[in-house]
Amino acid sequence: MHDAREKLLREIQALEFMEIELNLYLNTHPYDQQALMIFRNTVQQRKMLLDNYERMYGPLTASASNSFPWPWIESPWPWEA
Amino acid sequence: MWVYEKKLQYPVKIKNCNPRLAKYIITQYGGPDGELAASLRYLSQRYSMPVEAAKATLNDIGTEELAHLEIVGTIVYQLTKGVPPQILEKEGLGGYYADHDRGIYPVNGDGVPFTAAYIGVKGDPIADLVEDLAAEQKARATYEGLINMTDDPDVIDPLRFLREREVVHFQRFGEALRIVQEKLNEKPFYVKKPDYAKEKPLSNVSPAANIGPGSNVGPAANVSPAANVGPMTNVSPFSNVSPAAEKKKK
Repeated sequence: MHDAREKLLREIQALEFMEIELNLYLNTHPYDQQALMIFRNTVQQRKMLLDNYERMYGPLTASASNSFPWPWIESPWPWEA
Repeated sequence: MWVYEKKLQYPVKIKNCNPRLAKYIITQYGGPDGELAASLRYLSQRYSMPVEAAKATLNDIGTEELAHLEIVGTIVYQLTKGVPPQILEKEGLGGYYADHDRGIYPVNGDGVPFTAAYIGVKGDPIADLVEDLAAEQKARATYEGLINMTDDPDVIDPLRFLREREVVHFQRFGEALRIVQEKLNEKPFYVKKPDYAKEKPLSNVSPAANIGPGSNVGPAANVSPAANVGPMTNVSPFSNVSPAAEKKKK
C-alpha cells in the first residue's frame, strides 16, 4: 500500500504545484479571468484529493489532526525517504 | 503567518549516499545564492514595498523559497544519512561533522556560515526588485553548476525542479518591476530620500522611467523578464502523474 499512498501524494503535489504557479501568475495578472478559473478548479480538485489522503493516511497539516493518539507527530516526515 | 504542510513541494528519494556532493549542494541551503538567502530577502523586502502586486509577489515567492530550503536540506540529509564519520572526513566533511554531526547547518560549499550580508533590503522598490532579479539568476546558475557535478538521476531530478523555479521567479519579479515602474510613472513620485530631494529638486519624471529589463536599454535586454509568459508554458514537472496536471494555460 506504500505505492498507493505515494501515488496519491504525487497527484496532490502536482495539483499544488499548479496552484502555486497560478497564484504567482495571478499576483501580477490579477485580471486574467481564465487563469482564475483554472486556479479555482485546481483548488477544488486538490482539496478533494487532500481529503481522501488525510482520511486514509493521516493529517498533512496539524489542524487536520483528528484521531487518538495525536497523529501529527507520526512519520514519515517529509525529509525521510 | 505560515501554515506547514507535511510534505515536500517536490519529492526527494535518494538511493545512493554521496557526502562530497552534499558538501557542495549545501551551498543552496546556507550560501550566498541559496534558498535561505532568497526567502529571507524576499520576506524582508515585502514590508516596505509600495505596490500590491509586488507585495504579493515577494510574499508568495518568499514562502515558496522556504519550501525549497526544505528540499535542499532533505537532499543533503539523504546524501549523508548513515555514512560513517571516517568516510565523511575522507570526502571533505570532517570539519562539518566535528561541529554539526549529521545536523543540517547553513553554510556554503566551503563551510562558511550564512550571513545577512548575502541579502540586500534597500527599502527602495526598484533597487530591491532588481536585486531579486539578480538573485534568481545567481540561484539558477548555481543549480546548473551543481547539476553538472553529478550523474545521479535521484539528485538531478529535484535540482532541475529547483532550477526551473528560479527561472519562473525571475519572470514574475520582472513583471512586478514593470508594474512598480508603471505605478511610479503615474505621477511625480520621489523614490529617493527626502533630504536628497530638498538639495536638488528632481524633475517630474520618476528616476525609474527609463530603467527596466522590459525596455530596449537595460541589463537584461535580450532576456526580458517582463515578456508576457503565462504559467506552465513548460510541461509541469509532474506531467507523468495525472491528466489533471497536464492542463496548460492558453
